[in-house]
Amino acid sequence: MTKHKEVDPTGPAGAAPAPAPGAGAGAPGTSAAAVAEAGGTVGGQAASLWHDAWRELRGRWVFWGSLVILALVAAMALFPSLFTGRGVNQGCDPNLSKLGPSGDHWFGTDLAGCDYFSHVVHGARPTLLIGVAVTLFAFLIALVFGMLAGYYGGPLDALIARITDVFFGLPFVLGATVILVAFPSHGPGAMTLVLVLLGWTTMIRIMRAQVIAVRDADYVQAARLLGASDRRIMTRHILPNAIAPVIVVATLNVGNVIAGEATLDFLGVGLQYPQVSWGLQLNLAQSYFVDHPHLLLFPAVFLSATVLSFLMLGDAVRDALDPKLR
Amino acid sequence: MWRYVLRRLLQAIPVFIGTTLLIYLLVFALPGDPIQALAGDKPVPENVLNTLRDRYNLNDPVLVQYAKYMFGLFQGDLGENYTGQKVSEMLSGRWVVTAQLALTAWTFELVVGIALGAWAGLRRGRLADTLVLGGTTLLIAVPVFVLGYTAQIVFGLNWKIFPSAGTDQGWPVSYLLPGMVLGSLGLSYVARLTRTSLAENLRADYVRTARAKGLGRTRVVGRHALRNSLIPVVTYLGVDFGSLMGGAIVTEGIFNLPGVGQQVFQSIQLKEGPVVVGAVTLLVLIFLLVNLIVDLLYGWLDPRIRYE
Amino acid sequence: MELTKEPDAVPPPRDAPEDGHLLEVDDLHVEFRVRGRDVQAVNGLSYTLAEGETVAILGESGSGKSVAAQAVMGILDTPPARVTQGSVRLRGEELLGLPERRRRAFRGDRISMIFQDALSALNPVFTVGDQITEMYRVHRGLRRKPARDKAVELMERVRIPSARQRLGDYPHQFSGGMRQRIMIAMALALEPDVLIADEPTTALDVTVQAQIMRLLAELQDELRMGLVLITHDLGVVAGVADRIVVMYAGSVAEQAPARELYARPAHPYTAGLLASVPRLDQRGGPLVPIKGAPPDPAALPPGCPFRPRCPRAEAVCAAERPPLVTVGPGHAAACHFAEEVHGAC
Repeated sequence: MTKHKEVDPTGPAGAAPAPAPGAGAGAPGTSAAAVAEAGGTVGGQAASLWHDAWRELRGRWVFWGSLVILALVAAMALFPSLFTGRGVNQGCDPNLSKLGPSGDHWFGTDLAGCDYFSHVVHGARPTLLIGVAVTLFAFLIALVFGMLAGYYGGPLDALIARITDVFFGLPFVLGATVILVAFPSHGPGAMTLVLVLLGWTTMIRIMRAQVIAVRDADYVQAARLLGASDRRIMTRHILPNAIAPVIVVATLNVGNVIAGEATLDFLGVGLQYPQVSWGLQLNLAQSYFVDHPHLLLFPAVFLSATVLSFLMLGDAVRDALDPKLR
Repeated sequence: MWRYVLRRLLQAIPVFIGTTLLIYLLVFALPGDPIQALAGDKPVPENVLNTLRDRYNLNDPVLVQYAKYMFGLFQGDLGENYTGQKVSEMLSGRWVVTAQLALTAWTFELVVGIALGAWAGLRRGRLADTLVLGGTTLLIAVPVFVLGYTAQIVFGLNWKIFPSAGTDQGWPVSYLLPGMVLGSLGLSYVARLTRTSLAENLRADYVRTARAKGLGRTRVVGRHALRNSLIPVVTYLGVDFGSLMGGAIVTEGIFNLPGVGQQVFQSIQLKEGPVVVGAVTLLVLIFLLVNLIVDLLYGWLDPRIRYE
Repeated sequence: MELTKEPDAVPPPRDAPEDGHLLEVDDLHVEFRVRGRDVQAVNGLSYTLAEGETVAILGESGSGKSVAAQAVMGILDTPPARVTQGSVRLRGEELLGLPERRRRAFRGDRISMIFQDALSALNPVFTVGDQITEMYRVHRGLRRKPARDKAVELMERVRIPSARQRLGDYPHQFSGGMRQRIMIAMALALEPDVLIADEPTTALDVTVQAQIMRLLAELQDELRMGLVLITHDLGVVAGVADRIVVMYAGSVAEQAPARELYARPAHPYTAGLLASVPRLDQRGGPLVPIKGAPPDPAALPPGCPFRPRCPRAEAVCAAERPPLVTVGPGHAAACHFAEEVHGAC
C-alpha cells in the first residue's frame, strides 16, 4: 500500500530486504548500490558480478543439492515415461484401494487403486509448469513495466504504482480463491492466468526501485550525453545492472507459486480431476490421512522438496550476489 | 502525525475501490454467465439461478452493478446461497472463532519469531543462526495444509499433546495447535526479518554511540537496536495478515474450527460459489483495513516517515 | 550552572596521579581478523594527555586513528577486532584489563566520545530528550523529571535555542550543527575527564565547523577536561591543538607541540601534508601533493610504511622499520632521517 513497504511477501527474500531508510528494497538496493558504485564500463561490470557470484556458488553444497532435486523433478515433468510405465490414471484396480507401499507399488495405491508412484511422477508436470510459467510471465511484466516506471518516472510511474497497489491489495490465496470459484474452467492455462494476475506486484516494485537506483549513475548519464537512445540506455546500460535482485526474487517466487497452487488445488478451487497434480492428490485423499499416512507422505514430500529447492536456490544466489549480507 | 494519518487515509481510498472493483469485475463481468460459473457443474434449478441473476443486478451496466453490490456490502449484505439463506447469517457467530485463531497465530509468530530472529541475529554466522535460517526455510517450503495434517496426526492423534480437532476445550487450548500451524509461515518471515534487520542495526553508528554512552548490553541491544529492527517486522505484519486469512481457510478446515474460514472451506466443497465470494470479499476488506492500521502504526514507530 | 555528581557515583575516586597525566596510551596494538587473516590496524600508538590539554591525532582515512580511539573507549567489536598489546591508563588506572562491567562505568562518565556524523550516530527513533536523559538515568539513577531538567540545562549550555520545547523532537528534525551540539551535550552530560572527538566537524559546513570548535574549546576550559581531537584536516587542528600526533599506517609518524610541528616537521610525511595545503603565510607557493595512496593495512611493506611514497627513501628504509627518534623537546619522528628533515626547515 505504501512505497516503504518493500517487504516481499512471497519469498525469503522478504527476510533480507529490511526497508532501510532510503535504500528502497533493502538487500536488492544494496547490491544495486554496489553495482552502481563500481562505476566504469557497463556490460563488463554486470558480467563480473555474475562471474563472482558463480565462483561463490560453485563451492556451496546447498546450491548443488537444490539443483539436483530440481533436475530430478524437471526430468519427471518432461519425461515421465523414464520413471513409470503407467500413463495418467492408468492401470487402476478399485480392489487394490489405499494399499501401503510394497514392491509392486513403491508408494502404495490411492483411493481408486491407482499406483501412487506413477501419480506422483505425473503430478510433477502441471505443478512445475504452473510454477515456472506464472513466474516467467510475472517476471516479464515486472521487467517491462518496472523499467518504464522507474526510467520515465512522472505520471506513468504514478499510474503503474497505483495499479500495483490495487493488485497488491489482493492476498494470493484469498484473491485466487474468489476469482477461481467464478472461473469457468480450471485447466492449467486458467490457473496460470489467475496466478500471474495476482503475482506480479512484488517483482515490479523491486525492479522499479532497482532502475531508479541505477538510472542516475554516471555511466548512464555519460551514455545519454553521447546521444544513446532511451531504448538503448534501458536495454544496454540499465537492464544488466538492475536485473540481479529481480532474478533472485523470481527464483524464490517459483517455489512460492508452487506452494500456493498446491494449496488452491487442495482447497478444491484449483485443478480438478482428471487432472493430476500433487496438490490435487492431497485434496482427494484428505479424509484418509490418519489411517493411510502414505497418502499424505509421498506427494507432500515431493511438493515440499521442490518448493524448498527453489527457496534455497534463490537464497544461495542472493548470498552470492550480495556478499555484504553474509 | 495527523497530516500523516490523513494522507494515509486518502491514499487508502483508491486502493480500496480499485481492489473491490477488481474482484467484482473478475467474478461477475467475465464473459459467460457468472451465476452458472459459480455453481460449477452442480445442478441448480433455473428459477434459483434467475433469482440470483436478479439479486446481483446482472442486467444493469457493470459499474451500476458494482455500486449496488458495494452499497449492499456496507449494509452487511454479503449475498445469499442457492437456498436463499443470507451469507451474513451463515457467518454470524463464526467471526469470534476466526478472530481467536488469528490472534493466537499472530501472538505466536510475533513472540517466537522475534525471539528466534534476535537469537540468530546476535549470533550471526554461528550454529544458532544456521539452525534458524534452515528451520524457517523448511517451514516456508512446507505448504500450510501439509503442515496442518502432519501436526494433527503427530501432535494431536499420536502423541495427544493437543486436542486434534474442534473447539471443545475452548480458547486457548483448542486453538494452540491450529494457531501454531497457521502462524508458522509468518513466524518464519518474522524471524528472518528480525535476524537480518538486527544484525544490520547492530553495526549502525547509533549502536556504537549507545555503547560509548556506557550503556549495558541488554539496553544497547534491547532498547536501541531492537526497536529499530522491529520497524520492518511491523510493516510485514500487514502483508502477513493476508496470508493469515488465506491460511485460516485451510487451518479451520483441517482442524474443524467453526470459523469463517471453515465456512469458506465447506462452501467450496459444496460448490456454493456465492457464499465463497461473499465471505472472501469481506476477508479482503478486513485485510485492507488491517493494512491501513499497520501503516498508521508504522508512522508511529518510525518518526522519520511522518515528515516526508 | 553546575552539573553536580552524586557522591556515590560508580567510577572510582579521581585522585591526581603523581606524573600529572590524565590519559596515557602506551604502545597500543589493535588487530582485525578479516577473512581468516590478521590485519594490524593500530601498530604501537603512544600518547599522553594532561588536564585541559588538547591533543590532535592526525591521519588519513585508514591510518588507524578511529580504531585507536574506539580501543581507548573500549567499544570496538570484538571479534573481529582485538587489542593485542599496550595499555590505556586514566588517572593512573589501567583500563584495558578491566572486566566489562567496570569498564562500562567509565564510558560516558569519565571518558566520552562524539562522532563524525551526528545524524547516524543518534538513534533515529528516540527523541533527543530521551537520548540525553538516558545518561543521567543509567549512570546516576535519576528519575525522569530531574533528568529532563538537567537535559534542558545541558542543551541550553550547548546553545540550542528553546531547549525545553525541543526535548521532544527527533534527531532528523535538527540541522547538522544542532545535531552535533546534541551529541556534545550527551557526551558532556556527566562532565567527563576526557572527551574523544572523532572528526566532529567533518560533516558540517565551514561556518558551522568554526562554531562547533569554539564551543568545544569553551566547554573544555570550563570543565578542565582533556580533549583528544581526531581529524584528517590540518585546518581544524591549527587553532586548537596543543600537541599533534601524526599517524600513518597504524603507527605514530611524528609527534610534537603544535607550533613546532607546523614550523619544523621532522617526518617527510608531515612535511608532505603541510606542503599539500594552502597557507596564508606562504601565498603563491605551489601546492605539492603527496604521491601515491596510503598502503593497504593488510599488506604493509617491510621497513618504513611510508617508503613507497617518500621522496627521501633510501635502501635502509626498505630494510629497517625506523624507531621514534627524539629531535627536540617533546618532538619525535619515526624516520631514519628525522634529524635531517627537522634541520632542513
